[in-house]
Parts: sequence; C-alpha cells; structure tokens
Amino acid sequence: MTNKSGSFLRAGVLGLAAALTALGLLRREHLEVAQKAVKICLECIGIG
Amino acid sequence: MSGMHRNRIKGQPVKRQLSFQRIMQLLSAALINGYIAGFQKGRIFTGGTKAVCVPVLNCYSCPGALGACPIGSLQAAVSGRRFPFYVLGLLMLFGVVLGRAICGLLCPFGLVQDLLHKIPVPKWTVPERLDRPARSLKYLVLLIPVIGLPAFAITKTGVATPYFCKYICPAGTLGGGIPLMIIDPALRSLAGALFSWKVLALAAVVIASMVIPRPFCRYLCPLGAFYSLFNRFSFFQMRFDKDACVHCKKCERSCPMAVEVTKNINGPECIRCGKCASVCPTGAISSGFALQESQPNKNRESSS
Repeated sequence: MTNKSGSFLRAGVLGLAAALTALGLLRREHLEVAQKAVKICLECIGIG
Repeated sequence: MSGMHRNRIKGQPVKRQLSFQRIMQLLSAALINGYIAGFQKGRIFTGGTKAVCVPVLNCYSCPGALGACPIGSLQAAVSGRRFPFYVLGLLMLFGVVLGRAICGLLCPFGLVQDLLHKIPVPKWTVPERLDRPARSLKYLVLLIPVIGLPAFAITKTGVATPYFCKYICPAGTLGGGIPLMIIDPALRSLAGALFSWKVLALAAVVIASMVIPRPFCRYLCPLGAFYSLFNRFSFFQMRFDKDACVHCKKCERSCPMAVEVTKNINGPECIRCGKCASVCPTGAISSGFALQESQPNKNRESSS
C-alpha cells in the first residue's frame, strides 16, 4: 500500500467512523448500550 | 524476560523495569475496571460512562467495569437485523486509529494471557499446519455468534441472545461471573450447567495461555478479528527498516503471535506489543503514528 493511498483510506475510514458514530448518537443508540450495560448480564456471567 | 527489561551492569544489582507494554496494560486495566466499590458491594457500575464502549474485551458485568463491552453491545445492537451505527462507528474509530495495538497494549484479557504465559511450564510451538487455518476461527466467531445469530436468531420474546457472551467469552466469566459469584450468594445459588461450561471454557483458555502465547487472541477473539482488518492502514503503524536488519530473527522468535516480522510487520496478526522492537539489536523496528504522508523511502517499509 503506498503512502498516498494509505492516507486516503485512513482519512476515509476515519470520516466514515465519525459519521456512523454521530448518526448512532442522533438515534440515541448510546442509551440502548447504557441500558444493557447497567444491568448484570446473566448470560455473560453464566447464569443464562 | 518479557514484560520486564533487565539492566545489568557488572558488579551492580540488576535493575528491573516494566516495559512500555506492561505499563500500558496495567494502566488500561486499572482505568477500565476502576470502580473498586463494585468489588466491595457486589454491584456493577451504573453511571453515565456505561454508554461508552471501551475498545477492549471487558465484560460490562465486571463489578469494576466503567464502560460497556463492545462485543456485548454489538450483539445487542444487531438484534432484529438492525444496523449498529453507534457501536460499529466506535469500533471503526478505535480500529482505524490503533489497529490491533489495542490487543497488544490495552486489553486486560491480553494482559491475563501474557501473565499466564510467564508461568514456568513447558511451552508449545503450534505447528504451522495447525496454526494458520486455526487463525480463521476468530473471523467465524465474529460472523456467527457475534453478528449472525443475534441478528437472525431471535427468541420468542424478541430479544436476541448474546451467543458469544453466553457460550464462549472467557473474559466475562473471569471478570464478571467469578467475582459476582464470590460476592453475591443469591447469584451463586443460580449457577448451573451453563456456569460450569463457562468455567470449563475459561480453564481451557487459562491452560492454553500457559503453554501457547495469546491463544485467545490468535484463534477466538472476535474483537481482535475486527481490528485486524484495520492493521494495514491504521494511523498507528509498525515500521521495519530493511537496511538496518541483520536477519538475526530475534524479532520473530520473540513474537507472541508468530508473525513473520521481517516480511509482514503490519499484517493482521500483529498485536503491536513492541516485543520485536525491544529485542532488535539494530533498531530496525519501530512504531508510531502515520499522521502525515512521508517522503517515499525504498529502504523503509511501513506496510507490506
């Protein structure tokens, strides 16, 4: 991968990542994440 | 000695210092699981930072966890065939900036594997004919129990089961299940066959880690699989100076992921732990952030 193509790819993916994150925040998906994360996940700890 | 460097001057006591990798790992583990009161009270943290995914595999049911597990969150976010904008965006952000340096420098479960590997038991070099195909397993783990099953196999209640967390994840058992079971007798009374299975799975990874370096990272971690896609072009890059290399192969012998360092230094298996750089006698290996286009140098390879 050349330096120039690497730079474009990095910038492009960074921009896309930022856009997806921003869109997710607008859709309040972070609140869904929080809702799940503040409760003990019984499946995760092996209770099911 | 991996994780530590010895500075020996004849006639003087050996000074041991922690490597940069070990310092980063310990700091990261302490920061990500900094809710000490959780271990005392047997309760998990419920503050606002739980809305933010940490970049590493760290169960959000760990009593100390201050953030959300990205893999647990991803499974919840894709349930019902929804597109996970927020979780995917964050994961891509982490990946494009650091690539698998997250695995080598920040992941608490990576630290656990590294420490287990220091236990003085006979080590095993996995034969290449087994090792190479087995590396693909982690991509299957990402595609099937993390994304595919939660997206398409929904229960009658409409809620997707986090298949990876439920049946595979050893970090959840170690960081969440075992501490909570120890602290909370009510939870302990609910433990059954599933918990036994999870403890068995954890035990297998623990034993494997003593014998093979980073077995979970090599073969099973879906987060490592995801970040590996970014290694070639992430901002953080390993650098290899072909002209400075004397072909001693010390780098490849020290690599916990069995990377062909001199040929594929930014390949998908490199976890950017820096061990190769620390053993290189000529300083041919370095790392850093590719923030700007550098002048083309035929003698330097930042990626192959």
